[in-house]
Amino acid sequence: MPRLQSLEDLEARRAACVGARDPAKPCLALCAGSGCTASGAPEVLEALRESLKRAGLEETVELKSTGCHGFCEKGPVMLTWPEGTFYNQVAARDAKEIVASVSNGRRPVERLLYRDPTSGERVQREEDVPFYRFQQRVLFGNNGRIDPKNIDDYLGVGGYAALGKALTGSTPEQVVDWVKRAGLRGRGGAGFPTGKKWEVMRAQPATPKYLICNADEGDPGAFMDRSLLEGNPHSVIEGMIIGAFALGAREGYIYVRAEYPLAVEHFRVALAQAEECGLLGESILGSGLDFRIRLVQGAGAFVCGEETALIASIEGHVGEPLPRPPFPAQKGLWGKPTVINNVKTWASVPVIVNRGPEWYAAIGTTGSKGTMVFSLVGKINNTGLVEVPMGITLREMIYKIGGGIPNGRALKAVQIGGPSGGCIPASLIDLPIDYEALTEAGSMMGSGGMVVMDETNCMVDVARYFMEFLEEESCGKCFPCRKGTQRMREILTRISQGQGAEDDLKLLEDLGWMVRETSLCGLGQTAPNPVLTTLRYFRDEYLAHVRERRCPAKVCKQLITYSIEPTLCDGCHACVHVCTTEAILGEKKAAHTIDAAKCIKCGACLEVCQPKAVLVT
Amino acid sequence: MGETPNLQELLRDWPDRPDSLIPVLQEIQDQFHYLPEPALREVAGHLRVPLSEVFHVATFYNCFSLEPVGRHLVQVCLGTACHVRGAPRVLDRLLRDLRLGTPGTTADFEFTLRTVRCMGCCGLAPVARVDANTYPHLTQAKVPGLLKKYRRKEQAQAAD
Repeated sequence: MPRLQSLEDLEARRAACVGARDPAKPCLALCAGSGCTASGAPEVLEALRESLKRAGLEETVELKSTGCHGFCEKGPVMLTWPEGTFYNQVAARDAKEIVASVSNGRRPVERLLYRDPTSGERVQREEDVPFYRFQQRVLFGNNGRIDPKNIDDYLGVGGYAALGKALTGSTPEQVVDWVKRAGLRGRGGAGFPTGKKWEVMRAQPATPKYLICNADEGDPGAFMDRSLLEGNPHSVIEGMIIGAFALGAREGYIYVRAEYPLAVEHFRVALAQAEECGLLGESILGSGLDFRIRLVQGAGAFVCGEETALIASIEGHVGEPLPRPPFPAQKGLWGKPTVINNVKTWASVPVIVNRGPEWYAAIGTTGSKGTMVFSLVGKINNTGLVEVPMGITLREMIYKIGGGIPNGRALKAVQIGGPSGGCIPASLIDLPIDYEALTEAGSMMGSGGMVVMDETNCMVDVARYFMEFLEEESCGKCFPCRKGTQRMREILTRISQGQGAEDDLKLLEDLGWMVRETSLCGLGQTAPNPVLTTLRYFRDEYLAHVRERRCPAKVCKQLITYSIEPTLCDGCHACVHVCTTEAILGEKKAAHTIDAAKCIKCGACLEVCQPKAVLVT
Repeated sequence: MGETPNLQELLRDWPDRPDSLIPVLQEIQDQFHYLPEPALREVAGHLRVPLSEVFHVATFYNCFSLEPVGRHLVQVCLGTACHVRGAPRVLDRLLRDLRLGTPGTTADFEFTLRTVRCMGCCGLAPVARVDANTYPHLTQAKVPGLLKKYRRKEQAQAAD
């Protein structure tokens, strides 16, 4: 692969990539992201390859494994090009039929098309599937089209054009100005204006300057950074190179969670390809810009998502945050000016350069511009990754895109922003999702985790869950966070065990306020959010636990008992077979009973009982 | 287990700078599935980092273990999406079936059970990973079959 020495070289290479492809050539693009891989994509890929070979279509049909398409719930999913037909829940045994349909006039395989749950009708094209129809996929749109391990695919969809534009047609100040005018805000959580951060960095006389891509996506329930790195790593690299040009950096780092092996692998491949093409290294595209990126793997500490802790971790130390100021843009890695941005922030940069700041700023609300990527998960029919314009309402997210709550249950709350965020109640369903509105509601944008909960989820349990997580992940450096999270977890555990008192609620609020105001870093400052928001919106549920020793959602084990309603039990014995403690008594075909002394409340009987005779009270 | 690791080759690639510490420990963890004490001493010497600092780092980060692990590593995801979709029940069942009170290693060293916070497969919750394989949409009823798969393989190999 020859090095690209100039913009002309880049464009010639792109033209060659585009020219080598016949747009009419059929292509099967199978999602091979982490989700679909777990659902069996590797077997499907192998079967498709085998079927193409048998049909003698290896040369005439392209087979591609791509990154995440977003619709994990229906995985493995695939697209067939050029029609854009969307198949879901594909299995290896379907391969033959899919290949046959490609060769015989392209009649789609009807039974693999998405079935609209409301109309019952099959939908052929991806863009007509409701899950995709209401999205605006600015960052994720190419995931279903390109092979992330092939730089030519990225070039073929216009990749690195923004880099060419920035390097040859603009000045660094102009690029910073575009990012500012676009209104881009940090996508990692706090939403700090990216252009402002860049200006602070540019004003520093110290050299060298460093760039870091924060891919330590630690929020449980969030996986958009993973999917972008897996599916379109070059978009992140391109954003970083443009950043290097704008900010005068020669060295960059990407800090990726080690829990994401596929993302690490794809990013490594992309880095090697970019280096080989001369898009990283010395005098990029002949511009005189030198820039390299090193990949560093995280070691499993949530606090390392905090920028100063992340820097400490790259330097080889434990991930303990430092007081700010000085901010990393002033004094960061190795004590030098450092800009840290999230994966999606970097990936937004080429979009802004390509389409212009005005185009970007026209998406979203007054204070929050562009699109935001959410992982829509939990008790929702269509789980997956969703990219939407800022300002969309929760109602649209949950019912239009998410397809509502499974099993006809009622929406109870949406937990947004991971452990730093809060629980938004169903009553605020018309809340527009942007930085300001979420903060107002006591939550925060966070990195975009959106966990939907229904009436069977207990809010005290959820608050306890987050506090347990934060207690474990608190680095322990500052006292308010270390002890505060521990005490809050103890109180919440007590309440969930039916041993709480009404005074505990006041104590939780006081503690929460104290931890928020006095902790050193963002982890502690936002740690009380799950507790404070559940107390604010679900006080009745807390009161039921402390006053009546009752868990209305029937989750807290110490507050529930299992029994069998004799009039409903048909004596099928299914529960007897799954009970591991022999707590269920009764002859076959006669109503069973549960021995409360032996019952460990594991819920196994409830899961298998067809006539729904197992009661939880 | 128990063997004195030969780290010469591994360490040769890394300059004696503090920022080599975490990647070096990660490589040792990958190779031995835990950090044996002699290895920590050797790393400290090679990188000229105090042993106390090496220990500090090795105990701070979740991905390092100072204890050897069993033949199969079972990781149960306790991320938020998994939690609200019933992961605690799956964990309880795994603990009971492996006869463990808390996550750890079974007496016969066949399994090590660990909890992790989010593998990023939230769309398929609840999930668990056994060695390199991820299992989506778990329920407690699926646990015995899952373990059996790995137990049987072990027995089959022993019979060969």
